[in-house]
Amino acid sequence: MDSDLNLKATELRLGLPGTTDAISPPKNNKRSSPDSDSAPSPPKAQIVGWPPIRSYRKNNLAEAESGSFVKVSMDGAPYLRKIDLKVYNGYLELLEGLEKMFKLTIGEYSEREGYKGSEYAPAYEDKDGDLMLVGDVPWEMFESSCKKLRIMKASDARGLGCAV
Amino acid sequence: MAYSFPEEVLEHVFSFLSSDRDRNAVSLVCKSWYDIERWCRRRIFVGNCYAVSPEIVIRRFPELRAVEMKGKPHFADFNLVPEGWGAYAYPWIAAMEEAYPFLEEIKLKRMVVTDESLELISKSYKSFKVLVLTSCEGFTTDGLASIAANCRHLRELDLRESEVEDLSGHWLSHFPDSCTSLVSLNMSCLGSEVSFCALERLVARSPNLRTLRLNRAVPLERLANLIRRAPQLVELGTGAYSAEIRSDTFSNLADAFSACKQLKALSGFWDVVPSYLPAMYSVCSGITSLNLSYAAIPSSDLVKLISQCQNLQRLWVLDYIEDSGLDALAASCKDLQELRVFPSDPFGAEPNVSLTEQGLVSVSEGCPKLESVLYFCRQMSNAALIAIAKNRPNFIRFRLCIIDPQAPDYLTLEPLDAGFGAIVEKCKELRRLSMTGLLTDRVFKYIGSHAKKLEMLSIAFAGDSDLGLHHVLSGCDSLRKLEIRDCPFGDKALLANAAKLETMRSLWMSSCSVSFGACKLLAQKMPRLNVEVIDERGPPDSRPEGCSVERAYVYRTVASRQRLDMPDFVWTHDEDSSLRYS
Repeated sequence: MDSDLNLKATELRLGLPGTTDAISPPKNNKRSSPDSDSAPSPPKAQIVGWPPIRSYRKNNLAEAESGSFVKVSMDGAPYLRKIDLKVYNGYLELLEGLEKMFKLTIGEYSEREGYKGSEYAPAYEDKDGDLMLVGDVPWEMFESSCKKLRIMKASDARGLGCAV
Repeated sequence: MAYSFPEEVLEHVFSFLSSDRDRNAVSLVCKSWYDIERWCRRRIFVGNCYAVSPEIVIRRFPELRAVEMKGKPHFADFNLVPEGWGAYAYPWIAAMEEAYPFLEEIKLKRMVVTDESLELISKSYKSFKVLVLTSCEGFTTDGLASIAANCRHLRELDLRESEVEDLSGHWLSHFPDSCTSLVSLNMSCLGSEVSFCALERLVARSPNLRTLRLNRAVPLERLANLIRRAPQLVELGTGAYSAEIRSDTFSNLADAFSACKQLKALSGFWDVVPSYLPAMYSVCSGITSLNLSYAAIPSSDLVKLISQCQNLQRLWVLDYIEDSGLDALAASCKDLQELRVFPSDPFGAEPNVSLTEQGLVSVSEGCPKLESVLYFCRQMSNAALIAIAKNRPNFIRFRLCIIDPQAPDYLTLEPLDAGFGAIVEKCKELRRLSMTGLLTDRVFKYIGSHAKKLEMLSIAFAGDSDLGLHHVLSGCDSLRKLEIRDCPFGDKALLANAAKLETMRSLWMSSCSVSFGACKLLAQKMPRLNVEVIDERGPPDSRPEGCSVERAYVYRTVASRQRLDMPDFVWTHDEDSSLRYS
């Protein structure tokens, strides 16, 4: 058997971080915030399907660890999405993320009137199971109490903005 | 002088044969035995749904009662098989509807099952009893509602680790009041809440219920009532194991557990509050199987629990157990046969727990019956592997995953060839092996020489050249499944061992050095092998000759090599024009 076939020259494979080969794109969708001066080192480039853990297990870990993955439903859409709240640094980024994910625009938030000027309003279910309007509480409180997100038709969301 | 027993006698004799191997052997004796056997076979197992077609199965076995089948290759679990590749259950379900009116059991693994299929199942078979869907996907809770509503004699509904689109928990309420036949219900993979009243009533009217695996949405406060209604349970999967710490909740739970005298297996344990673990202590001495792999419990609490379970045979746990916990395990659980340690923080750059190779060494030393291991860790040494092999020559399954896939021996910085070599050399009954770490062609030489009973081998980021693959294919006499990713294995070894591939169920190679030309050649040479080139970059012949394919999946088949459900990123041999892949 010819054992010195220099296969490396023609081989096409996913490289490991630190090697000169092409690296598969990082799995994390983490966006660094524009004014981060104490930015942590960039996430290690992750290899597809490595370590070999089933997604079922990975999802469970993520939820156990950070408790930050929440389902997002949109009225009228056939299936739900899931996002990791930890990825966002505040409401602005979250709403931008939702707008991108569902291809829609969410209006401007005001404490008095909720979301004005769009078809949709973002709501969430908190720990007690109540449906709340996104934006009313400080971000940290929202992050820890949000269990599920729901993008409602603004017409249905009218009632939520008026609890004063 | 020719003997011949009347058919009925032979049939009666064959009815004592339950193993597929025995029945297959019997059917090869002579034509009349083949005929008699095929009419009285009641169960079949199809390891690769594309190795055969529904028509062929139905033609040969007209009276089946139970069908078990697997679809996607194992690496699909790690997202290496693109969405839409195949393994659809519907064609099978549809074909069997007409052929097997008395079908009772369907067990599928890694297949795409639609609500339509589930509805068809629920309406087609009058005596349908068992539905097990392992790691399947493609259906919603609506499909489950059909099963619940229509299968009057349902005994088992087991959805282990399937990806179900959870529209609502309402499906459970579709079990009619007349349904009292349930023996096993596993809904642990579902997300949404079911009606607790409906669940309690269902459990209360199922006197034969032996296995109940709840989902995370069932809160701890509800667990006691459920268990109380089923003290005969043998296997219990809890829901979320957390609640505010209250003495009445605790004593309620403890009382309920103490009534379960038959409990052997426990699982579930999401969101564990350690203070509630002692509620289970009364059943621990009878527990043989414990799955804590979703439970973030500190090592000290784990140790307290495990040391109560002296009869433990199987433990699945997160690496929070640490080396110290594994030492305690080795000391308390002398009957341990299977250990799986999963990583709590697989993507973290630094270790978050103190779990090393030492834990595995301890367990291999202390547990004489240990035969099956799956171990995730961050460092390994040849010395440790050699010690483990010496301690436990009775290993049947040995799967080691080092988080950094090309990590060398952390003490000597050498490859881990010697360590794994010791494993295959000492463990003569080894049937399954997964390796990681820095590995050269040498380890494959050891495997080819020693691993004569090895049936399944998983390799990643290992080897130097085709020689490695050649050693495995030419040396491993019992090899059935070989899965390889990111290794410099290619055309030469593949083509030189073409005939070997037909003796195996399948070969998976992704991100290796296999060219399209070699795939074509292999398919031409071996008409009973389907050589699937799975490549999402477009037609393989649009790229230069030497370019490697993204993935090659090679499996033996007696069905057509141009399966009708092939997506546009899969190429196989075109029977019409021998050199062209369509």
